[in-house]
Parts: sequence; C-alpha cells; structure tokens
Amino acid sequence: MSIEVAGVNKKFGDFVALENVNVTIPTGQLTALLGPSGGGKSTLLRIIAGLETADSGTISINGNDATRLPAQKRNVGFVFQHYAVFKHMTVAKNVAFGLEIRKRPKAEVAARVDELLKLVHLGQFAHRLPSQLSGGQRQRMALARALAVEPQVLLLDEPFGALDAKVRKELRDWLRRLHDEVHVTTVFVTHDQEEALEVADEIVVINEGRVEQVGSPDQLYDEPANNFVMGFLGEVTTLNGRLVRPHDVEVATSPRPEALTGTVSRVLRIGFEVRATVTTEAGDVTTVMTRTHARSLGLESGVQVWLSEAAGATTVPVEPTTTVG
Amino acid sequence: MTSIELGRPAKIRRSARSTLTPVSGLGLGIAMLWFSLLVLIPLTAVMVTAVDGGWDTFWAAVTNAQTAAAIRLTVFTAVGVTLVNIVMGPIIAWVLVRDRFPGKAVLEILIDIPFALPTIVAGLVLLSLYGSDSPIGIDIVNQRPAVFVAFLFVTLPFIVRMVQPVLEELDRDVEEAAASLGASRFTTFRRVILPSLTPAIAAGAALSFARGVSEYGSLVLLSGNLPNKTEVTSVRILSSIENDQRASAAAVAAVLLVISLVVIVVLDIIQRRVARRG
Amino acid sequence: MARSTFGRKGPVAYLLRLLVIAYLFFLVAWPVSLVVTNTFDEGFVSISDLFADPDVVTALRLTLIAAVSAVVINTVFGVGISLLLVRYEFPGKRALSALIDLPLSVSPIVVGLALVLVYGGREGWLGPTLERVGIQVIFSTPGIVMATAFVALPLVIREVVPVLTEVGIEQEQAAESLGANAWQRFVRITLPSVKWAIVYGVVLSLARSLGEFGAVKVVSGNVLGETRTATLVVEEKYLNFDQQGAYATAFLLAMVSVACIVVVSLIRPKSHD
Repeated sequence: MSIEVAGVNKKFGDFVALENVNVTIPTGQLTALLGPSGGGKSTLLRIIAGLETADSGTISINGNDATRLPAQKRNVGFVFQHYAVFKHMTVAKNVAFGLEIRKRPKAEVAARVDELLKLVHLGQFAHRLPSQLSGGQRQRMALARALAVEPQVLLLDEPFGALDAKVRKELRDWLRRLHDEVHVTTVFVTHDQEEALEVADEIVVINEGRVEQVGSPDQLYDEPANNFVMGFLGEVTTLNGRLVRPHDVEVATSPRPEALTGTVSRVLRIGFEVRATVTTEAGDVTTVMTRTHARSLGLESGVQVWLSEAAGATTVPVEPTTTVG
Repeated sequence: MTSIELGRPAKIRRSARSTLTPVSGLGLGIAMLWFSLLVLIPLTAVMVTAVDGGWDTFWAAVTNAQTAAAIRLTVFTAVGVTLVNIVMGPIIAWVLVRDRFPGKAVLEILIDIPFALPTIVAGLVLLSLYGSDSPIGIDIVNQRPAVFVAFLFVTLPFIVRMVQPVLEELDRDVEEAAASLGASRFTTFRRVILPSLTPAIAAGAALSFARGVSEYGSLVLLSGNLPNKTEVTSVRILSSIENDQRASAAAVAAVLLVISLVVIVVLDIIQRRVARRG
Repeated sequence: MARSTFGRKGPVAYLLRLLVIAYLFFLVAWPVSLVVTNTFDEGFVSISDLFADPDVVTALRLTLIAAVSAVVINTVFGVGISLLLVRYEFPGKRALSALIDLPLSVSPIVVGLALVLVYGGREGWLGPTLERVGIQVIFSTPGIVMATAFVALPLVIREVVPVLTEVGIEQEQAAESLGANAWQRFVRITLPSVKWAIVYGVVLSLARSLGEFGAVKVVSGNVLGETRTATLVVEEKYLNFDQQGAYATAFLLAMVSVACIVVVSLIRPKSHD
C-alpha cells in the first residue's frame, strides 16, 4: 500500500475543499485524480505533498506516517501546472537542484542529470536557460527535476494544463511510456476525462470535496457508481428514466415492444458520426450512430422513430438531484 | 516528439534599421533638439570646460586637498549607505510583500516620502530629530554621521522599489518546488529567491549609490559643510561656482558625471541580462 | 486561497516586521511628524505669517509657475519620447534610452553648473547670443524652468514606457483596420491605455519639481522677491534664525509632496487593471 489517505478534511474559510476523504493509492501504478475544477483534487495532491496541511486526518506514504512531515522531508516529486522552473539556473542546474541539496558527490550528480535529461529528451539543452525552452520542454525539464531525487511518489498537478492540445497529447503518451520505464508510484490531477481514461491505471473521481468512485478506467466507464461519474466520464442522455450513453441508444423506424417513440427534430453530421435529436413525450433524447447506419435508416428531420437501450448498455437510474443548484 | 523549438530570440534582437515615418521622424527631431539643449549640450559643456585648461589644471583641481577630502567623504559614505540599503531594502520589500498587518499601507507611504520630499525639507526633517533640539538627545549636526543619515534618508526608496515588484511576481510555485525537492526555507531563500532578486538589488544599489554621491539639498542645513570634515562634493562644486572658479567647478563636476555615466551603463547591462532571462 | 504551510509565520517573520517598523519610524515617520508639530508650536500663526510676507508669496508663486511649466514640458516630451522608444526603431535608440535616465543620477549642483556654462549671460556658449535677442535664461525664470525640467525629465518616461510596451500594438492595428487615422488611433486607443501611467508620472514630476533646490539655487541667483523659490526660502529663513518661518514653509512643501504620494498610492491599484 503506497499512499494511504485517511479521514482527511480541509476547509479554506467557509469553503469545504475536502470532506472525509479516504483513498488508497496502489504502489507502482499511475493514478489519476479526476474531477471538475474546484472539486478539491489539487488540494488533495498538495496535502499528499505536504504543501498544504489537512485540518484533520492522516497521510501515510509507504507505511510511514507523513501527516506532520514538512514538504522538504517527504521525498516526493512534485510537478506544477505552470512548471515552476528556476529561471536563473540552466536546465542542468534545475535538474541537479534536489541532488545538490542532498549533497551528493559532484560526479554522481553530473551522471544522474545526464541520464535524466536523456530520458526526457533534453540532452542537447543542458546548458540553456529555461526561457529558451518551449512549454512542453519546460514541463519535461520539471519532470526530470522531480525524478532526480528518486522520489517515493511522483505527484503532478494538472501537468499538461498549460500546454496546447497537440503538445498535450504527445506528452500524455510520453508520460505513459515513461511510467512503464520508471515504475514510480505516480499520481496526477486532471479535469480531462479523456486524459485520465487514456493514461491512468486507476482513477479516483473527486467532486465537491468527496471521492465519488475509485476504479480502473474500464470499471468507471462500464460500472459508474452514480449519475455524476456516468456524466463526467462521457456524454449522457436520458431514456425511460435512466442515463444512457447516446451511442447505446438503438434507433428503429418501426414500432418495437417497450420502445419510446418520438420524432427526429434535428440531424447533425460530424465526420463519420451522425447525431440525431429525437423529441419524445419525456423530452429530447440524443442519439449517435455511424453515417452508414443513419443512411440505412433513412434518418432525417420529421421521421418517426422508436428508441430503446442497446443490449448490454451501461445505464444508471436518474437520481433526484442531490446537489444544490 | 516535437521538433526543436528555439526560445524567443526575437525579443532580444534589435534591428538598426529605422522604421520612422516622416511624422515620427519630425517628432524625434524636435525631441532630440530639446533633449540636446536641456541635457546633452550643458553636460558636454561641463566635460569640455573641465578639460579646457589641460590635464594638469584638471588634475590639480581634483586633487586639491580639500576637494579630495570631499570626494573621499562622498564616495565612502555613499558606499556605506548603499551597503546598508542592500541589507535593509530587500528586508523592507519582503515585509511589504509577504507580511500582513494593520498599518502596512502607512509603511508604503513612508517609503515614498524621501523621494517626494524636497531635499532641503528632508534636511530640516532630520534636523528636528537628530539636531540640537533632539527629543532623544542625539545631536549629529555638523558631524560626519549627519552625512550618513541624510544619504540613508534620500536613498531609502531605491532598492525597496526595485525589489518589490520582482518579489510580487515571484511564483509561489517555485518556492514550493524547491521545498518538495528537499530544500529548507533558508536554502530556498538563498538558492532560489535571492538569485531572482539579485538584478533588482544591483540596479537599486547602483541608483542608491548615484543618488548618494550627487546629494546636496538635504545636507545644507544638517552637515554644516565643514571643510575636510563634512563637506561633500556637491557643496565643493557650489563654492567653486560662487567664487567664479568655473574650471575647477567643472573639473569636480566631471568626476561626478563620470560616476553617473558608469551607473547608467551598469543599469543598462543589468536590464539586458534580465530581459534575456525572461 | 490561503496557503497554510507557506503562509505560516515563524519568529523570524515577526522579528523582520519589528525591524522594518523601527527603521522606518526612526528614519522617516518620527522626523517628519516633528516638522508638523514644530510648525504648529504656536498654532496657525506661523502659516498665516508666511502668507503675510509678500516675498514668500512671490517665491511660492514662482515655484508653482516653474513646476507647472516643467511638468507640462516633461509630459509632452515624455509621452512623445516614450512612443518613439517603444514603437519605432532608429539608430542610436539604445543610447538614447539609457541617456534619458541620466538626470536622475546627476547632482543638482552639476545640473545648475551645466546650464550656467551654456546659457550664462557673460561667458556661456549660447547665453550671450540669446541675451542679444532679449532672452535672459540664467538668473531668470527660463533658467529655473529648465533646471526643474532637467531634474524631473525621466519620471514620466519611466512610467509610460513599460505600460506602452505591455499593451502592445494589436489594439492600434485593430483600430487601423477599422479606419482610424494616426491621430485618432493615438487619441482613442493609445492615450487611454497609458492614461494612468501618465497621471502617475505627472504626480511624481510635480512633487519633484516643486521641491527642486540645488539646481535652482545655482541658476536662479536667489534674488529676494524675484528669483527666490520656496525651497530657497526654507534655507534662507533657517540660516537667518527664523526657524518658525523655515518650518512653516517646509511644512507647506511637505504637505504638497505627501498629498502627491497619497494620490499616487490611491491611483496605483487601478493602474493594474
């Protein structure tokens, strides 16, 4: 058991950031803390790192109680959204910082820095200043800096949040491959469900300061614990009082038993996909299908259709709104 | 992997080519004319007058015992005051940026007072606490500490005001990154914060030194201008002017001007360094 | 959001706070407050006495005229130079931008000497020529205005240049694409975006100009009731053992400069918008 978070509460003034959070983050895995902005996931990460103190509760790392340990003694690597580079130091000096603090022999530091810069593909930039690097390169440097001290755990706070879409995708793949090489217990915060589903071994969904569900990407996607998780992990529509994914709605042009009938009110083609909005007595239902399928059905505005859940579809009963607002 | 991206060299590079339009060119012409009439030609006149009588005359004027004593006093005191400011300036800036307590806004105003207060009034102000009527019994009038205190007063804002914005801009992230890498608070300050502040401290120190060296007004009532004791360079120049000894006045003034020019060059270099760091 | 771990104050923080408060109290706050109490030792008499003296009134008027003239000149010149430095490239730009700062570090006495050497009526480079066409600079108001303008020259520029650099040229280009000519772009786009920087620079220049002493002392000739400015009155009164008068004049000048600072500190947060 690598990181154990037990009964953690945290308030900022009147704002409840975390409420009785209990999570176990497994050793050697890549775990995502996923949730909407302001939901408390960054606060949890910062509490694990020791950059923030919990009002109550305990944190233990590799079986040792770290609750009262200051950040500098926890031996965690932390990567910030906006890189937090040391501007006045060269790339190599940045990476060497943690090792120099630990007073490692010069030769060892140089060798380790060299090795890490190669690992993050910045070997030829060792003597540049951070201002001469692009955003993606700076973040890779920050990662090398965090890894240099051989941390027990690596924590990344929205690491790709400040980068543009293309670089973000590249770094995401790269992080996955890097983790397969290095195997350090890694926790990263993201609000992008696609990022979490693609990269993580395990996802912790956090909303309004509470843990909604913990599980593998497949578990979360196939067996969402509640409305929120279902809705946050992908698009949903309501059919017969249940939440269902639009691509799991079966559309027929002839009556079917237990099917809901309605009229196609809008058809939108996006590449290979067709999105059709069907107006029924119980409100609008969104459906998604391939272009070929839509053509075979002769789907267009005004056509009457019958809607039912596809066999094996993931559905969740619509709960009465629990959240205020 | 993305192709190698170079930083932002465009920011540093400057083309010598002119992009002036006829209207802006005319504007520049007028501005340069005024700048020349007001600043450049008069300062050139000082340099020319200083060397007009030949090197020997210049050297004699500058090494005259009383003048040399004045220059020594001014430069040493300015150095001492700048050293005090190098320590106190960042501390004051730190408290203004990072500390929070009632009445902090008043401190902000106190920092600016020496800059805005007429120098003659600054002298009078210091006289009221450190003069013969001192309520705390400290009388430094007509003594060397008076020069030191006056310089300290007028140079107070320079380092504080240079360091403050840099400290405000400094990312908390960076300090947290250092802490997560195992650095203690002191190490974080020494290795991460201080290097970021160094250019601002250096620039402020240069200004503070220049201001000290050129100070006049605040000393008139405070230091007594005693030859070989509390007489500073500016006072020495003024008495040469009043005695109609223009050549020696200009010679000593030229020394001060060279110091000012050196400071300007130092500032320019520091600013360029900072721009490159980004 | 509060950063509890890093906001936590140790004993060092309190020690530093105490040190800074004590330092500023002994160096600035207490001495300045003593000038105020000394002025009002005998009530408002010393202030009203001041205004009864026609020579002092003349001096105050001269100070005001010189300061306002210098501020107007420096504002027009400053905004113009700032625009040229930020928006255009030309040979010698770097040297010019460095030289602009020079007046801040030149001794006021040297400023006065420099002006006398060029504009002095007897031996100046240009002075005798100007006197022949009837313009007296030294020992007269133009000299006082020039000395004042010299020492406060960089203040507007130092405020405007960074803001002008920061706002960039996109808005001006947008206005151009919408059909605005150069003058309209300047008045409608550029000027409003640097408005607060200019105001800030003007206030600082005004404070500096009202208080100029050394340079004015050299160029004015210090003639009672003619070319004596308010700061020279302070010196003259103090040296003639009229301490009350000196304190009262100093108080007036200090009031104006403190008012300037307060205005500046009120403006400052808005300029960050």
